Amino acid sequence: MRIPCPHCGPRTHEEFTYYGDATVRRPSATGPDAEAAFYDYVYTRDNPCGLHRELWFHQGGCHEWLVVERDTRNHDIKGAVPARSVFSADDAT
Amino acid sequence: MSSRIAQGGAINRQQVCRFTFDGAGYSGYAGDSLASALLANDIRLVGRSFKYHRPRGILSAGSEEPNALVELRSGARREPNTRATDIELYDGLEATSQNRWPSLKFDVQAINGLFSPLFVAGFYYKTFMWPASFWEKVYEPLIRRAAGLGRAALEADPDHYEKSWAHCDVLVIGAGPAGLAAALTAARTGARVILADENFVLGGRCLAERRTIDGQPAADWAAQAIAELRSMPDVRLFPRTTVFGVFDDGVYGAVERVNDHLPVPPEFQPRQRVWRFIAKQAVLASGAIERPLVFGNNDLPGVMLAGAVRTYLNRYAVLPGRRAVVFTDNDDGWTTAADLVAAGGQVAAIVDSREPVIVSELARRFPDIQAIAGEVNGARGGRHVESVEVTSRTGTSHRIDCNLVAMSGGWSPTLHLTSHKGNRPRWDEERSIFVPDMLPTGMRVAGAANGDMTLGEALVTGFRQGLTAAASCGFSGSMPALPRVTEESARRVPLWRVRQALGKCFVDFQNDVTTDDVELAEHEGYRSIEHLKRYTTLGMATDQGKTSGVTGIALLAQRRSIPVAATGTTTFRPPYTPVAMGALAGHHRGMDFRPTRYAPSHRWASELGASFTESGPWLRAQWFPRAGETDWFEPTCREVKAVRSTVGLCDVSTLGKIDVQGPDALKFIERLYANNFATLAVGRTRYGIMLREDGFMFDDGTAARLAENRYLITTTTAHAVQVYQHMHLCHQTLWPELDVQFVSVTDQWAQFAVAGPRSRALLQRVLDPRCDLSNEAFPFMACGEVALRNGEPARLFRISFSGELAYEIAVPGHRGDALIRTLHDAGQDLGVVPYGLEALNVLRVEKGHVVGSELNGQTTAHDLGFGRMLSTQKDFIGSVLGRRANLIDPARPRLVGIKTVDRNAKLAGGMHFIPQHAQRSIEHDQGHVTSVCYSPILEQWIGLGLLTNGPDRHGEKVMVVDPLRGAETLVEICSPVFIDPEGARLRG
Amino acid sequence: MANRYSIFSLLKESLRGHRGWAPAWRDPEPKPAYDFIVVGGGGHGLATAYYLAKNHNARNVAVLEKGYIGGGNVGRNTTIVRSNYLMPGNIPFYELSMKLWEGLEQDLNYNAMISQRGVLNLFHNDSQRDACVRRGNAMHLHGVDGELLNREQVRKLLPMADFDNARFPIMGGLMQRRGGTVRHDAVAWGFARAADSLGVDIIQNCEVTGIRQDDNGVTGVETTRGFIGSRRIGMACAGNTSRVASLAGLRLPIESHLLQAFVSEGLKPLVPCVVTFGAGHFYISQSDKGGLVFGGNLDGYNSYAQRGNLPLVEEVCEEGVALFPCLSRVRMLRSWGGIMDMSMDGSPIIDRTAVDGLYLNAGWCYGGFKATPASGWCFAHLLATDQPHEVARAYRLDRFATGRLIDENGSGAHPNRH
Repeated sequence: MRIPCPHCGPRTHEEFTYYGDATVRRPSATGPDAEAAFYDYVYTRDNPCGLHRELWFHQGGCHEWLVVERDTRNHDIKGAVPARSVFSADDAT
Repeated sequence: MSSRIAQGGAINRQQVCRFTFDGAGYSGYAGDSLASALLANDIRLVGRSFKYHRPRGILSAGSEEPNALVELRSGARREPNTRATDIELYDGLEATSQNRWPSLKFDVQAINGLFSPLFVAGFYYKTFMWPASFWEKVYEPLIRRAAGLGRAALEADPDHYEKSWAHCDVLVIGAGPAGLAAALTAARTGARVILADENFVLGGRCLAERRTIDGQPAADWAAQAIAELRSMPDVRLFPRTTVFGVFDDGVYGAVERVNDHLPVPPEFQPRQRVWRFIAKQAVLASGAIERPLVFGNNDLPGVMLAGAVRTYLNRYAVLPGRRAVVFTDNDDGWTTAADLVAAGGQVAAIVDSREPVIVSELARRFPDIQAIAGEVNGARGGRHVESVEVTSRTGTSHRIDCNLVAMSGGWSPTLHLTSHKGNRPRWDEERSIFVPDMLPTGMRVAGAANGDMTLGEALVTGFRQGLTAAASCGFSGSMPALPRVTEESARRVPLWRVRQALGKCFVDFQNDVTTDDVELAEHEGYRSIEHLKRYTTLGMATDQGKTSGVTGIALLAQRRSIPVAATGTTTFRPPYTPVAMGALAGHHRGMDFRPTRYAPSHRWASELGASFTESGPWLRAQWFPRAGETDWFEPTCREVKAVRSTVGLCDVSTLGKIDVQGPDALKFIERLYANNFATLAVGRTRYGIMLREDGFMFDDGTAARLAENRYLITTTTAHAVQVYQHMHLCHQTLWPELDVQFVSVTDQWAQFAVAGPRSRALLQRVLDPRCDLSNEAFPFMACGEVALRNGEPARLFRISFSGELAYEIAVPGHRGDALIRTLHDAGQDLGVVPYGLEALNVLRVEKGHVVGSELNGQTTAHDLGFGRMLSTQKDFIGSVLGRRANLIDPARPRLVGIKTVDRNAKLAGGMHFIPQHAQRSIEHDQGHVTSVCYSPILEQWIGLGLLTNGPDRHGEKVMVVDPLRGAETLVEICSPVFIDPEGARLRG
Repeated sequence: MANRYSIFSLLKESLRGHRGWAPAWRDPEPKPAYDFIVVGGGGHGLATAYYLAKNHNARNVAVLEKGYIGGGNVGRNTTIVRSNYLMPGNIPFYELSMKLWEGLEQDLNYNAMISQRGVLNLFHNDSQRDACVRRGNAMHLHGVDGELLNREQVRKLLPMADFDNARFPIMGGLMQRRGGTVRHDAVAWGFARAADSLGVDIIQNCEVTGIRQDDNGVTGVETTRGFIGSRRIGMACAGNTSRVASLAGLRLPIESHLLQAFVSEGLKPLVPCVVTFGAGHFYISQSDKGGLVFGGNLDGYNSYAQRGNLPLVEEVCEEGVALFPCLSRVRMLRSWGGIMDMSMDGSPIIDRTAVDGLYLNAGWCYGGFKATPASGWCFAHLLATDQPHEVARAYRLDRFATGRLIDENGSGAHPNRH
């Protein structure tokens, strides 16, 4: 696979470290059901057969965490953006 | 060389190559393959089959060969299962037949053939079950000895391999007429083109056919095309290069046989090179593979594919048999008859399975050859074909003497690479072939690989696909004038098997799969094509079913009375042809399997004769033996005692170091670490623990506050990279709003522990005298910038892993060697000793510090005695799930110290705790011993362990057992801190 | 009715052209309803159906398979069986499996070529040795066999291994002699044939597209061949667990990952047992046909593609050649890819779900093949009795919430690191 790093251009995926699902969000640690929310956050996954938004770290490049949109059926990559842009946008909403 | 034709062929008759086969000497010419040279020398019997050990010869002229497998070369360079049809002949070539005993001509195991009624598909699933113990002892060893093919070398491969990358706009796979045409039109647009072909000569079937293009021989046209391509700067030609796999995003794996045509690669040159071609577009022009016809004894040496016969005639100038019978179900077979006649051979008959009207029409063009509308029922002969039995459509039978049967069951597109990404080909009922359907992104197909079987079609589709591929990359050009080519026809009426067979009819030659096997599998319910394949092993041999797959599918369809399209195909997977593991491994083997990282003091330590050990990728000094010390024990004890009594030096540069800066640096590390850092003053260091978000221990280390907004944190050697990535993940996805920057400086700083009661004295000799190291000015856990006597800057940390008065001093990496020498020299009269990992381990066990054996990913902060460090005042990674009842359960195995009750007894890591009088069984398992050492201070073996309710059991006596090695001993449970529990020494 | 397989029946049939063999399993039309439905015709599903019929006398059982039976991971693995586990929750289960393997062929009347050639885990440094000792001792305390071999003993067994020029020299190994290999397809077919002979309907080309529920729980499944009713439905569809479970609204601690495996060309006997390399992630054995069967790590990213990429292929070959330098000239013949049901702690789940009557058998990670008989045995027990089997008690779905994890290698909630 070649991941289109927004900083470095398309690079082989060996340069990256995979983390996993980029759609889960760390819940509040102080909520009444924090433990249940953290269980969901840490352990359960949609695990879709199809488009998957996932985190990759460009260890062999710019040290940016990227959110890559990739189809798990055929590995086709739709795009990659810096994670901080995605996660900052979350905070804004 | 009795079968060599006097004239012609793409061989160099000036260059004779001598070679041996099974020890006998022969010769051929440069440009020969081993197969053509064997045929030229009238060698027909080349190998034995897998199951029945039947005699086998040469079936094909390419990489699809199932029969002619040999062991090439010898000794450490022995290559089993090498296809004679693929090997480029070189002077000194050594080949040996395989899978036979005692000799190729007389193979004892050919007796298997007599039992063939027993050895049907899947017979082994039905027997060898009684008695159960006989499988490993009796049946299996016999089966294993009989099975297998060639013998692997037993020594390390002396040759080298390389890996390389190449980028291009258009990759053309296959350099036959279609591939050359595609490369020409693509390259003429200015696109960067790579043209790869598995053969050692580019040109494909242009070399094997007596056809003309624009009035000149096809081989000449190919030579001109190659010359034109070679003249263009952005074109790279790769002969001897197999594109073996299609991977995601335009990555094509290829192996270039750089020096396989020489006895031994030249010095400093690789044997093979694995390429990753990164192509925007690819044109697959891999041609087609001819199908054998299925009749009795169709595996006898002398029965060959008709197209291969033409290759041997026209390219290699070899007459594979003087008297031939051609058996075909299509027009192409007739071309072979014509070529045989043209080469001076005799064609005893053409047997065409189609309607008499078609046959008689074609026969008009061959008045001298007997044409029979009918079928070959079987071949006869011992180790070579001697005659065939033929039945005509009118019902008359003939026996025709011959020593060559050229058979053609039509051609199957070589479309394997189109389906490596999971796309399955489509059945074209009209032409009775599978053709590519959905293609990998960026791939297009030209010529026979797409089912366009004639030379004219190959050129047209090649030109067109080359042009469109280039256009997709933004290059434009125009179609050249289409060349005039010899007319030909690819009409076919498929004959999947003869109606009446005499003898075994092989479908998969190499795995000895017959029509009977296919029928039996279907009959027993193995009806899915995948079940058929797996049950009969059809298509699973080293040729991967190149000549058998389609026939197998068609026979299954026929048997089930369903269309071939409904039967489907099995999946094609990389590699297209087998690839040497060494080529895929490249340089990463032996000592270069993984990079070796050297600590800054490595050279100094080597000079002192240190023994080294691996610590992840690092090599670290284990101990520094002195004269007379012969094992690890003496130097280790001496080094430990020195640290506890004088001063020791140890390289700790391998610990991860991360420099964290910014207005939000404190906020950031507060969220990373489980314990409190808010109260840490500038110029002070604190021990910290990190949890994973699931609440288990992640890593430990120190954080030194170098300035108001600057921290230097350390990680364990093992987790340096993970912690760094984790910090970025946290920053970039959890708290992107924090104004903090950090970078790994592990490699930038050399760091040494200076430990022992005289460490202060030693440092004072090395540091600028103005540097005040008194307890008041630089107390335990202080940190700061200092200067060496020569004015060079350094960092000093008063931290201790040994429990002694100790410091760690850091200088820029390149100054590490100088500093360790300075320290060592300056401390001679203080009794300074270098110490290694073993002593370091003893010192930390004596002090109860945890390392990887305790931080094993299964333990919690509570398990390791850090429970009280966990802050309740803040949210940090792991704070919520770390509070779960099961993670703080006191009954979990928790950290304790252990010492042997018998002071002479030994301990070992991995022993398990069992209550003193309990049975040695799992119900009584209470944890395990994580770390042990002989403490030269306590003069006995001590250790750390994780014991159920451990901290509440100090003073209790428990057994530690090692049933694996038959050892056990009684230990007393104690505090993990064996030495100086009050910490007076480290504050001294 | 299926014939009994033996050398005598084989001889008899060979004299009459093998025309007397019955199909190994029937090809029945689905009935409107069953007492039990097992979703997934892989090794685990077929074993579950077999043991439902054999141990629990269930006579109305269907196995629904979307493609052909044995087409998933049971047909795409490296065929290793062993019970050399570390964690208390795992050892008894895998040891039951080992014991079932040892009598399986006679039980099923199908030769699966169970070959107890030994499984040898190499270690290369002191801490790996201690980890092996810890594991070996846990095995011994469970009554499971294990031996610690020193460097010379390993050298005797594997003279072709690199002892002199290795980046990570071999120190020794932990050997489980009862471990070994089993012919993988034969396991699926053997269970299928035996289950079929006990009346189980094996229904191929029947994909589950929906799971129907009412107030009392599950009522049946929608399939590509129509609705099929049942109040007891077991999911044994590792690789696709998340997809099937989502039909009942369940979200699981599972990710689907890609594991490639490889086979070399056939060779005369070379590797005498299963060997795992400790300085990387690599395992190798030799099949009865002579091919070296080997594999390594996951590719590392979520995938349902059943095919992988080149970097992992190269990594695996590097490890193979580093371990046995003579493999350099041996050719890799074929590669394949499977979808691994990677759970969040690397251990499996055999449990009830939040939906009454719907049961889960999942999360097998790499370990599914060796677990096949015990998984079927325990899942059948759960389906039939609604109670977990004694040796599978730890495989609860709620352990991720409670923290009673079974994390053999301590990698935490990162499926691709287990």
